[in-house]
Amino acid sequence: MDIATILLELGRGMLTTLQIFALTLLFSLPLGFLVCFGRMSRNPVLSWIIRIYIAIMRGTPLMLQLIVIYFGPYYIFGLSTSPAYRGIAVIIAFSLNYAAYFAEIYRSGFGSIPKGQYEAAEVLGYSRTRTFFAIILPQVFKRILPAVTNEVITLVKDTSLSFSIAYAEMFTEAKALSAAVHNVGPLMAAGLFYFVFNFLVAYVMELIEKKMSYYSI
Amino acid sequence: MHIVELDHVKKSFDGTEVLKDISLYVDKGEVVSIIGPSGSGKSTLLRCATLLETMDDGSLSYAGERIADSKNGRSVYASKEILKKARSCFGLVFQNFELFPHFTVLRNITDPPVRNQGRDRGEAEREAMALLEKVGLSDKRDAYPCELSGGQKQRVAIARALAMKPDILYFDEPTSALDPELTQEILKVIRALAEEKMTMVIVTHEMKFAREVSDRIIFMEKGTIVENDSPDKVFSSTNERTRQFIGKF
Repeated sequence: MDIATILLELGRGMLTTLQIFALTLLFSLPLGFLVCFGRMSRNPVLSWIIRIYIAIMRGTPLMLQLIVIYFGPYYIFGLSTSPAYRGIAVIIAFSLNYAAYFAEIYRSGFGSIPKGQYEAAEVLGYSRTRTFFAIILPQVFKRILPAVTNEVITLVKDTSLSFSIAYAEMFTEAKALSAAVHNVGPLMAAGLFYFVFNFLVAYVMELIEKKMSYYSI
Repeated sequence: MHIVELDHVKKSFDGTEVLKDISLYVDKGEVVSIIGPSGSGKSTLLRCATLLETMDDGSLSYAGERIADSKNGRSVYASKEILKKARSCFGLVFQNFELFPHFTVLRNITDPPVRNQGRDRGEAEREAMALLEKVGLSDKRDAYPCELSGGQKQRVAIARALAMKPDILYFDEPTSALDPELTQEILKVIRALAEEKMTMVIVTHEMKFAREVSDRIIFMEKGTIVENDSPDKVFSSTNERTRQFIGKF
């Protein structure tokens, strides 16, 4: 196998990894808000259901969750799945898992806003919706940024868990190539890719943090 | 007609009676100070008057309009629209300022009237600048709250409350988070407002100041009003508990 073929294969895997990363963020960041509101809900039934959901998502390996979501439809419900489902299962599993983590980060953010901010807004005539969007959310966003950065960086590396259901992303490709060429070169290249990717993620998040640093709480 | 009137207000938290049948009114142009030991119910009373807390029993009116009425031993509150209208009657200055940290000083003052009262932005900004002038902070219009001292924050908070053009301004221990020097900054502003005949209710531990600035002083203890009279009368009260409390200062 020549080097061009190896790079081409790795490049294809890289694109798949980027796709998992982007789609997971696209779905899990907003879904995390819904989960967070469910968790903070005054309805005890809803709050407990969400608590259990979060406990499962955080308490079991993401790899196992991937396997359950990929094989579950067939082994539990007897449904046959199309080949395209492999990629869909990856996005579902990652989004559900990351939404649980993001929800807890959001919750910590909301919890850290002093009650007085809500009260000041109320006395000054802000409606509940306006209080939420104009007063609370911008402050929460600033506070949770470092924790979100952590999760996003973890996500970059976690995409490699798709290997467990043989989804052809960067890591799966690199492992197969390494086996084919009998050396660790492709795996090292993959490692370098993850590192550079995360370096960029950290850089971008730092830029956003800087942009938000015009005030402190 | 009283600007605010509270009648037979009762409030308990987890079975502890914090307000035991409190009645109180404030007239236009009056400056009323509420003093008393911690846990006497001063802040709770203020929170009931500002609708941050719901009363268990008793009635509340602003400018003659019923906000809450006592029915069968329970307070029944008026519709959302009336409560919203009532909120525009008063302003509240918090112990911890509670400025919005992500807004500049100017935006803190202009955002509520523009967004919530539908006032013109240009006009709101002109008024805000006049208010900042009044509290001596016109050079801080573009600063963020984190760049201000505690005393400056509280002066902005006062300007923010005044921008809503309230009929009555409440202060909940406005100097308790400040050192003595910064306390004087705030008292100076309140004194100036009193001279302009702004109606104010001030919960405070600053006895000397309360005596000097108030038309009336209310001494509260254990959820009841012990004294409600002119400063001279309260400070020369023969009531043993009042003398004991005032004597400590």
